[in-house]
Amino acid sequence: MFDNILTSIEGIAIYPIFSLVIFFLFFLGLTVWVLKADKKYLEKMSEIPFEK
Amino acid sequence: MTVEKFSYDNKIVRDFAIASIVFGVVGMLVGLLAALQLFAPVHNLGTQYTTFGRIRPLHTNAVIFAFVGNAIFMGLYYSLQRVCKARMFSDLLSRIHFWGWQLIIVLAAITLPLGLTSGKEYAELEWPIDIMIALVWVVFAINMFGTIFKRREKHIYVAVWFYIATVVTVAVLHIVNSVEIPVSFFKSYPVYAGVQDALVQWWYGHNAVAFFLTTPYLGMMYYFLPKMAGRPVYSYKLSIVHFWSLIFIYIWAGPHHLLYSALPDWAQSLGVVFSIMLIAPSWGGMINGLLTLRGAWDKVRDDVTLKFMVVAVTCYGMATFEGPMLSLKNVNAIAHFTDWIVAHVHIGALGWNGFLTFGILYWLIPRIYKTSLYSKKMAAFHFWVGTLGIVFYAASLYWAGITQSLMWKQFTPLGILQYPNFLETVIQIIPMYMIRAFGGALYLTGVVVMVVNLIKTAKSGVLEANEPAEAPALEKDYVDKSTKHRWLETRPGKFALLATIAIIIGGAIEMIPTFMIKANIPTIPSVKPYTPLELQGRDIYVREGCYTCHSQMIRPFRSETERYGEYSKAGEFVYDHPFQWGSKRIGPDLMRIGKKYPNLWHYNHMENPRNVSPGSIMPNYDWLLKQNLDNSTLESKINAMRTLGVPYAPGYEKQALQDLTKQAEELAADLQKNGAPAQSNKEIIALIAYLQRMGTDIKGDTTTVK
Repeated sequence: MFDNILTSIEGIAIYPIFSLVIFFLFFLGLTVWVLKADKKYLEKMSEIPFEK
Repeated sequence: MTVEKFSYDNKIVRDFAIASIVFGVVGMLVGLLAALQLFAPVHNLGTQYTTFGRIRPLHTNAVIFAFVGNAIFMGLYYSLQRVCKARMFSDLLSRIHFWGWQLIIVLAAITLPLGLTSGKEYAELEWPIDIMIALVWVVFAINMFGTIFKRREKHIYVAVWFYIATVVTVAVLHIVNSVEIPVSFFKSYPVYAGVQDALVQWWYGHNAVAFFLTTPYLGMMYYFLPKMAGRPVYSYKLSIVHFWSLIFIYIWAGPHHLLYSALPDWAQSLGVVFSIMLIAPSWGGMINGLLTLRGAWDKVRDDVTLKFMVVAVTCYGMATFEGPMLSLKNVNAIAHFTDWIVAHVHIGALGWNGFLTFGILYWLIPRIYKTSLYSKKMAAFHFWVGTLGIVFYAASLYWAGITQSLMWKQFTPLGILQYPNFLETVIQIIPMYMIRAFGGALYLTGVVVMVVNLIKTAKSGVLEANEPAEAPALEKDYVDKSTKHRWLETRPGKFALLATIAIIIGGAIEMIPTFMIKANIPTIPSVKPYTPLELQGRDIYVREGCYTCHSQMIRPFRSETERYGEYSKAGEFVYDHPFQWGSKRIGPDLMRIGKKYPNLWHYNHMENPRNVSPGSIMPNYDWLLKQNLDNSTLESKINAMRTLGVPYAPGYEKQALQDLTKQAEELAADLQKNGAPAQSNKEIIALIAYLQRMGTDIKGDTTTVK
């Protein structure tokens, strides 16, 4: 069924490279955000289950 | 700041708790029956509805979707309301979700023993039920997102992220893996074939572990563990990093279920790399859980709920270290197809899912009934007997798995297989199967004690169906649904979208090349579609769940090519809807069973395997000798297969029955000539035709066995 749609994709190699770049940048951004995050804010977040 | 008064819905939480417990007991009982069947075939009870091949899918579906599924909804509905400071979005949707899910479970419990199965592991339910699952899941999603949108707490607690990822991903997995063409009301063929079907199936299977058995439970851990310990989670930063890493990486690792198979090598390597990476986010979760208890370990001594949590989180850590180790190709070469894998998943199921559920139940039931636990002693007994049960279960199967694998691979100094008879390796581990059943029985004993304890607890109190609460309203500008796409600008909307993008990228890159590039599945000219009789036989093979004990995948090891024959090639499976590679060898591989034995051998073997293999643990399939083959859907089957790309000539469906009858009569005549009282219109004939065809195409050999 699917094998008749396309027999090859031009430049398939760009897929993994592209995704690696996306993820790497995302994690970089995430790490930076986490390291810079406001301590008070994080504390407040972790207290949420205890608020009456 | 106006303070609003509202109430939490505890009744729905209680209902899901009851459903989880009831189906948990049922699912584990079925598991115990399957365990007994493996060392004493008499427990197959002599009916087709209770044979291992049909019972095993019933057990896995009951434990995963009924026991764990209902426990997820219990914990999620309780914690979501409280961290959002809002009642569930709609009581009606809660009810529809509850009863819809239970209806699905009941239908599964009816259809699976009847042999109505799609033959794909953990996705065995047939197409009408698949559609129901999707609909009920959408109801659940609306209810959940509705609650998040009307929350009175501006910030979204970490548990909720895990819930959002769960809802979104399970929907994607279920829909993609269940695309199938119906041929009748309870029979369908998946649109994927062979290698592609295997890839989609294990992308689904592996991520069912990720997003059904892991993320919702981590979410519950992040709410209930701090509540029990009376202190916030160890590191909120860690929870953020570990959440995103977990959902990004998990989605890629599916191919580790297919190492050394006919799957293209690049896909296998991708699976291995991401599996190793998975240690980090998984252990991030475990460390965060265990370190939440820092300075509170004295509480663990006398608080039984915390005891359950500690063992659960520890088992999570063990299973998520073991998983990546099993993904290393050299380890997988030994472990795959053996009981080692069964031990691994039960560390997860019994330890992580089971114990976390019990811990939450012991904590939650007294609270919603406004009472205290009936007996701490009974709960402590449950804890110890359950832990012992896990130890007996896992240790015996590790022993069994490694023993059997080494026996399969053992050569004599002369270079021939030391144990050429597969049955010898089975008989060797029968005592371990007995110990496993004992471990399971211990575990179940603990659960029964819990049931008594919780009933007594509930009777000593009164259910507070609507728990009063109050909180200031959120600033209205925060959630504004005045325009259609505004929801995307809210945090939960962004979250859901990001999570979806993350898992779709991973899934797409894993699968698209295998679907699109011909080079991934080299064609083999001599591989031809099944004849109508063989197709019918294959459907019987699927119906009876043969894949639960027999693989159709010879790995390229000398020990396997010696034992079974030529290793399996990707091109051999192009007409297999669904693929039947299997994941466990309780019996030998069947890839090259075709023409290996005469028809009469199969006839006698299916009637009672012990006729030809003394000591075999395979169930009798004597009803196949008596039941007439149902050809009423043959035409639609041929048509469906043609739609899926199997090259049956146009109009062949009209001729199919004639061809089938001719082949069946020839086969029956051969059996009669050799003294078997065979009739050509019975199911056994079709099954033998399929078995004799299996794996023979690449030999280009059309002669029959003399």
